[in-house]
Amino acid sequence: MIRSFARLAVLAVAILFLAVATMARATEVVRVVSPGGIEAWLVEAHEIPVLSVEIAFRGGASRDPKGREGLANMVSGLLDEGAGDYPSQAYQARIEDLAIHLGFDANQDSFSASLKTLSENTAAAFEMLRLALGEPRFDDQPVARIRRQIQAGLARRTEDPDYVARRTWFSTAFPNHPYGRPVEGTPDSVAAITKADLKGFMADQIARDRMVIGVVGDITAERLAVLLDRTFGGLPAVGGDRVVADTTPAGAGRVIVVERDIPQSVVLFGQRGLRRKDADFYAAYVMNRILGGGGFTSRLTAEVREKRGLAYGVYTYLSPYDHAALYLGRVATQNGRVAESLTVIRAEIARLRDHGASAAELADAKTYLTGSFPLRLDSNGKIANLLVGIQLQDLGIDYIDRRNGYIEAVTLDDVNRVAASLLDPDSLLVVVVGKPAGIKATN
Amino acid sequence: MRLSKLLGLAWLALATMAVAAPAPREARAEVFNPETFTLANGMQVVVVTNRRAPVVVHMVWYRVGAADDPPGKSGIAHFLEHLMFKGTKTVPGGQFSDIVARNGGNENAFTTSDYTVYFQKVARDRLELVMRLEADRMVNLTLTDDDVLPERDVVLEERRSRTENNPAALLSEQVAAVQYLVHHYRVPIIGWREEVEKLTRSDAMSFYRAHYAPDNAVLVVAGDIDAKELRPLAEKYYGVIPARGIAPRQRLKEPAQVAARRVTLKDPRVRQPQWSRGYLAPSLGSGAGARAYALEVLAELFGGSTTSRLYRTLVVDQKIAVSAGAWYDDTSLDTTRFGLYATPSPGVAIDKVEAAMEAELRRLLADGVDAAEVARVKKRMIASAIYARESLFGAARAFGAALTSGETVADVEDWPDRIAAVTADDVIAAARAVLRPEASVTGRLLPGETS
Repeated sequence: MIRSFARLAVLAVAILFLAVATMARATEVVRVVSPGGIEAWLVEAHEIPVLSVEIAFRGGASRDPKGREGLANMVSGLLDEGAGDYPSQAYQARIEDLAIHLGFDANQDSFSASLKTLSENTAAAFEMLRLALGEPRFDDQPVARIRRQIQAGLARRTEDPDYVARRTWFSTAFPNHPYGRPVEGTPDSVAAITKADLKGFMADQIARDRMVIGVVGDITAERLAVLLDRTFGGLPAVGGDRVVADTTPAGAGRVIVVERDIPQSVVLFGQRGLRRKDADFYAAYVMNRILGGGGFTSRLTAEVREKRGLAYGVYTYLSPYDHAALYLGRVATQNGRVAESLTVIRAEIARLRDHGASAAELADAKTYLTGSFPLRLDSNGKIANLLVGIQLQDLGIDYIDRRNGYIEAVTLDDVNRVAASLLDPDSLLVVVVGKPAGIKATN
Repeated sequence: MRLSKLLGLAWLALATMAVAAPAPREARAEVFNPETFTLANGMQVVVVTNRRAPVVVHMVWYRVGAADDPPGKSGIAHFLEHLMFKGTKTVPGGQFSDIVARNGGNENAFTTSDYTVYFQKVARDRLELVMRLEADRMVNLTLTDDDVLPERDVVLEERRSRTENNPAALLSEQVAAVQYLVHHYRVPIIGWREEVEKLTRSDAMSFYRAHYAPDNAVLVVAGDIDAKELRPLAEKYYGVIPARGIAPRQRLKEPAQVAARRVTLKDPRVRQPQWSRGYLAPSLGSGAGARAYALEVLAELFGGSTTSRLYRTLVVDQKIAVSAGAWYDDTSLDTTRFGLYATPSPGVAIDKVEAAMEAELRRLLADGVDAAEVARVKKRMIASAIYARESLFGAARAFGAALTSGETVADVEDWPDRIAAVTADDVIAAARAVLRPEASVTGRLLPGETS
């Protein structure tokens, strides 16, 4: 029963897309290039005999073929289910016996691997990673099992109002674009995925031309360079060239109600946002902190939660994809008062658009954003994740040192200009899942 | 809570939350190496030095939780946790969070059945600031109905989010209430709706005055600091608060369970059935001693991973389940639970899964476990203690949870040695003592109309 868990999700987004302040002591990022030309960014930390490795391949679920939605996600469940000479159970036992933590994940824009090991097992851990990425077996039994698990998960997710809201929002905003399709796939598309599809994904997506690597922990640059060639040198140099088009969200101004017999309506609302490379991205980021960006101090939290008791959590966040930019928010309120929540939220958005923020709000947002970031980078895994995020967004190896300067440079004029041009309560695409009273659906 | 691909984990998390948040129990004598001291007013202090970054985690743990809610006032410990952010004479109007944020800090609080925790993560040079704020609200809380009534609505929304919108969580709440006939672990941490709706400002203030005092609290600070540096600050801010002579908690004793109980929740919202079973089990805080460590090894061996017996049999070989596992939470002031769970594969009847689970239980109890199996699991568990050193929050939480759940600093530090000492005989003896059908509650979540 934590006082607020909503904001944890917001922070995760913040960590990925907007980095760091002055990272005293711990964080010197070194570019390591192996003899074979494979690059990784490294932060050495030898206090504890462990290390974390994060790898991402640009691409992800948005490249899933039509009718095979969920392919990248299914692969992410299968790479540690048998590789090389190790059948599924033998592979899993080997990982456990070495006390290695290894996982894979897919989102719309990338496919990622995450490895954590005791440094005494470093060589063995990289070997298990090499096998998973380079020689996955895709044996019939584990493929069938993972398929069952995904399908059971999909069934379960249809019970989850947040999942339903998200699916509805994205399929409405992106009716003809891969971003409108579920990363996890559908029962039919998951059933249709064949072993040839799985192998095709590896050839197409797991290639060195789209790979970025971040390593943090108890390892030297020299040792890492050798392991990079050994681990990734066998991957295809070049993958497939399927491209995803840039797009903008549709459905502006629509209100969609998905009826569910639950006492509390879950509301997802959103509009166009700003791309990560937009010159105003930092201004929008600071603006969002003031409007609804997590913590107990935003305008939305003050009005919706603290003053009126309408929700346990309300928040907004910038969500820049590689090929679209969104500004999203979420609230959950009992059915009878959800209309009031939405009215308050729209009024707050309009107030910020029309009257701007105060100098004090700007100052508070800046001291929070610049002061808090290094606090969160206290583990190898989190820093390795950041190194990968910076590379995926192409922000530069010195980004960690520059980042707070970008925040500091934002002026009140910048925030108010972005608020005036970006915010538009009438253009929100709103999805309500529940039995809301007094909400007029436009669908 | 991160949803896992293996849906069992979410189920497990819900099941566990009803008793107490699972605390990371990973430590090693030469690892955390905490320093401890006690202030003259009785407030215990634990310091874990980790100088990797100029950052500290500051936590105050109160020895009071939802199991201490007075009869008819369920949810008051948790409600008070929310209200603690409302203000004091010197820091009025919800400014606590504003000040912490303005100083670049992150903060929050949480409540379990046994403890209530307030924490901040700040740059080292802001530690004194948050200590001043936290000490202030230990004694100077002021509440008005303007604060209390909207916040009660917030808690009711929290209850809708966590529990009422979610059939699995509703079942989990019912299962706990059935598992404990007498002990207040039967009470949901967030409280029963009917009682939360009636909680008042005066209920909150009475509870605050009865339980919030330095002699009922533990201070844990982890990060870029040591005891020598912390002690003057601790004396200055917490040491000046008078002790209140708060007596140790007197909890009701749960009687031995002599008949198996079953709870079925049918709900039209359910698309994916779930099966669970809980057994009353001793905790470290209630005197389990070495048995607690044997139960930890048992849970890991029987159902803690994808090579465990349950997963291998039900999910890999028989294919009748998509998840299956076991859990045990030994950090608990009073009698805790050992749990089993499974999610049937699409189209497989829940009874078939229950029968397979019982067959595995019979095999375990009849044939025991072999030494190699135990050795393998122990090695992995002990390695986890090394990873635990990375996290400031995890270290602080391990000590805070231990000291508010009837354990000692040594219990945390000795954990790897205690796990290493567990034998195959210990594991099977623990299984036979705890996994008794007559001491179980079986929970089933099914689609359909409420029966």
